[in-house]
Amino acid sequence: MNQAIKRVWIALTMLFIVCLGGLSYIQFFDADKLTDNALNKRQLFREFDLPRGAILVDGKPIAESVPTDDGQFEYQREYTNAEMYAHLTGYYSLANGTTQLESSLNDWLTGSSSDLLYDRLLAMFTGKKTEGASVELTLDGDLQKTAFNAIPDGVRGTVIVTDPKTGDILAMASKPTYDTNDLAVHSTSKAAENLKKVSKIDGLSPYLNPAISNLEYPGSSFKILSTVAALESGKYDLDTSINNPTSVRYKNSTRSMNNFGEGVCAREPRAKLAFIFAQSCNTPFYEISKTVGNKAFGDVAERFGFGQQLNIPQRVTPSQFPAQDADESELARMAIGQGSNKVTALQMNMAAMAIANNGVIMKPNMIDKVIAPDLRVVEEPKPEKFSTATSKEVASQLKELMAGPVTRGTAMNAAVEGVDFRAKTGTAQLRTENGVAYVNSWMTGFAPADDPQVAITVTLQDVDYDTGHNTTGAIMKKMLKAVFNK
Amino acid sequence: MNEVQTAPVPRRNLELVLLILALGVGAAAFYLVGSTTEGVDNSDFYVQMSIMAALALVVHVLLRIFAKYADPVILPITIALNSLGLAMIHRIDLAKGTSQSARQLLWTAIAIVIAAAVLWAVKDHRLLRRFTYIALLVSILLLLLPLIPGLGVTINGARIWIRMGSFSLQPGELAKITLSIFFAGYLSSNRDLILMAGHKFGPLQLPRLRDMAPMLIAWLLSIGVLVVQRDLGSAILFFGLFIVMVYVATARISWVLIGLLMVAVGGIVAGLTMSHVTRRLDVWLNAFDPAIYQATGGSMQIVEGLFGMADGGLFGTGLGAGSPYRVPLANSDMIIASFGEEIGLVGVTAIVLLYMLLVSRGLRAALGSRDTFGKLLAAGLSFTLGLQAVVIIGGVTRLIPLTGLATPFMAAGGSSLLANWIIIALLLLISHNSRRPTSGVSGPTDEIATPTKPKTSITKAVKSK
Repeated sequence: MNQAIKRVWIALTMLFIVCLGGLSYIQFFDADKLTDNALNKRQLFREFDLPRGAILVDGKPIAESVPTDDGQFEYQREYTNAEMYAHLTGYYSLANGTTQLESSLNDWLTGSSSDLLYDRLLAMFTGKKTEGASVELTLDGDLQKTAFNAIPDGVRGTVIVTDPKTGDILAMASKPTYDTNDLAVHSTSKAAENLKKVSKIDGLSPYLNPAISNLEYPGSSFKILSTVAALESGKYDLDTSINNPTSVRYKNSTRSMNNFGEGVCAREPRAKLAFIFAQSCNTPFYEISKTVGNKAFGDVAERFGFGQQLNIPQRVTPSQFPAQDADESELARMAIGQGSNKVTALQMNMAAMAIANNGVIMKPNMIDKVIAPDLRVVEEPKPEKFSTATSKEVASQLKELMAGPVTRGTAMNAAVEGVDFRAKTGTAQLRTENGVAYVNSWMTGFAPADDPQVAITVTLQDVDYDTGHNTTGAIMKKMLKAVFNK
Repeated sequence: MNEVQTAPVPRRNLELVLLILALGVGAAAFYLVGSTTEGVDNSDFYVQMSIMAALALVVHVLLRIFAKYADPVILPITIALNSLGLAMIHRIDLAKGTSQSARQLLWTAIAIVIAAAVLWAVKDHRLLRRFTYIALLVSILLLLLPLIPGLGVTINGARIWIRMGSFSLQPGELAKITLSIFFAGYLSSNRDLILMAGHKFGPLQLPRLRDMAPMLIAWLLSIGVLVVQRDLGSAILFFGLFIVMVYVATARISWVLIGLLMVAVGGIVAGLTMSHVTRRLDVWLNAFDPAIYQATGGSMQIVEGLFGMADGGLFGTGLGAGSPYRVPLANSDMIIASFGEEIGLVGVTAIVLLYMLLVSRGLRAALGSRDTFGKLLAAGLSFTLGLQAVVIIGGVTRLIPLTGLATPFMAAGGSSLLANWIIIALLLLISHNSRRPTSGVSGPTDEIATPTKPKTSITKAVKSK
């Protein structure tokens, strides 16, 4: 009998040892894997109980963590001028996730970045909570406000202002927008309900920043690149006369490429680039694209940023110009900003930045500096070259061509007295409804011509032609007046 | 004269020292969980720890009077586990704004008082042998109580509770004691018949049906009731208890194997046919599937427990500094995960070792017992404690499917606390009887107990330090 009792003891002891094995596996050997599991929200829970750094514009917080006693977490994220900055800051929410700058700056804001090791050690030894660093943006608060207010309510539009010499983003506003505070509430049910409400707004996704994520047809604004391609090929210069018929039949197709119906292009059946560019004639680009060829055209697009990875620090969706796969008709379509040619608003702004800065694109960037809890500046990104888009010579020729639309062409409605503004417009037709054409309307340019301070891009999506043309010009005018205090 | 010289030493003073140590561990834990939580009034710390200390001392004094040769380690371990549990329940209270710890303290008091009453009333465990068949009757009654309409209530899908006013109780918890008494009583009386008379099938010798019938009926009834009540954990516990007690009585390993085979077959059949068992298995095997994680009654509880323990790592977050309250039932079913998170692998290993030591001391009492009934009872009760701990720890660590068994002495819940404290009282009595000096006329013994001489020398060595 005692033998049996001893065996029972051995059996139970072995079971206990197996349990200890199980505990060791979970708490030691498998612990890292469990911590990294997608379902594991503990890191996030911890973050919500810590003071997260602020996002600052002109030294004032547009996103900050304020102590709360709602019982769930120690801090509540609060956004100031939430709708104006919604697409930039994104939101910081347990239920809805973390998006945009709140996501891409997370390591700084939580203080977990390796550059903040010193601060974490200090917090550990003094028994204080780890505080996150604050991030000052390059934005100009007044310019952001002007841009935001310039876009009419009820219209899908984006305005971007950058400094072409540094790449600093000075303003980036889009409508429609939403209140990020609604999505950052702690109550899970309320956060889900608000997310549902926001998602129902037409033309708005709470996950995307339209300026860097939405791909649209660039229309004629892309002719900046097409003209660069033409000039680089050496087969065209500013004095070359190019055929400018009212219509060209696409190869192997019943459809044709037409010049726009208002008739100015029709005045010159053979025209020079200055006229073609100012009046935005289409048909000469059929021949140009054929002459330049797929490879050279694709190279130009790539140098301007198409298909390239870019973080500002939010990830920018690469714009598309699939030159390799295009046949003659398709390349022609893409040359006038249609077909498979799709761009972000920032990409078209980079086109203006390139011309303004003698062919060199400075890397667009939104971070001015990162400030540790003890006000030490831990990071201050220096201006960085993104790419050499084209030669200085071609850039200066383009600069000259871009005067045309403002002085006598399609961008006259944006002209401001005393500001030497250079620009290109674009209109990409989307659909026709009850005889009204709905278009993407673009204007991208820079000023002043001799010493460019800003590159500005305005785009409206899915508006009727007249509204598009008039409003885009009006918004651009407002931006120029704000920048140059006119 | 010779006897006086070799008489075992009571070792109650050692118990007192260990008891103070155990209370110290409990008090430290209790103090820490309160002090690390900001802005919390920690004044109930003194009240709760004083009550705990007073209760422990009452049992200690009672042991000095009624069972002074009882094992000196059992009570301190139990007090340590009980106060650690209380501290963790208090900690979860602070996080959730509940007041479970006051309730748990009340139940601890009730349990210890009843355990003390058992000590006082029973004095000699052999008395219980007279109640063999009454114990069977009481077991069946206890198991059937929750099925009575109006009295029984269903909680979390299992109908194992009865409610009287605001008091709810799991009578099944007490049935494990009464069943142990029945098995021990019956087997000690009929052991020879079961062993000797019977048919031979090859290498196997099976007992006559009429000798085994009462055992089988008791076992089938308890398992049957538990299946109806959907209480998987207790079913495993009773099955294990039955097999181990038959094994200890007969020393036939082949019957254990047959028993385990029956578990396997029963498990597979239940897994295939009973929807709630199938579901339990699914949750266990595919715990990290997001769909199963999110489903109601899914794997969220176990997975969150695993995340918490992984968070704790080797040394834990520190008491009061983790977030074990994110795990559902953090203060009862998942209390081991809560400890794993806050005191780490090192701390939770210490807890597991405490259980191991407690079970070892219980089985030691069984070894030393001078009568078959005492041996069987002590072995059965110790095994019950051990199996409970192993099944719940195995469940929390996802070695086996999670069942609703209570972590002995730690999990919030009165019935299990009460039952386990009564088990401790009985183990203390049996150990007292096995270690006390034999008076000239000793009762009938079936086997010679372990000689007492070496033990005395060990005691002396300890004392001389």
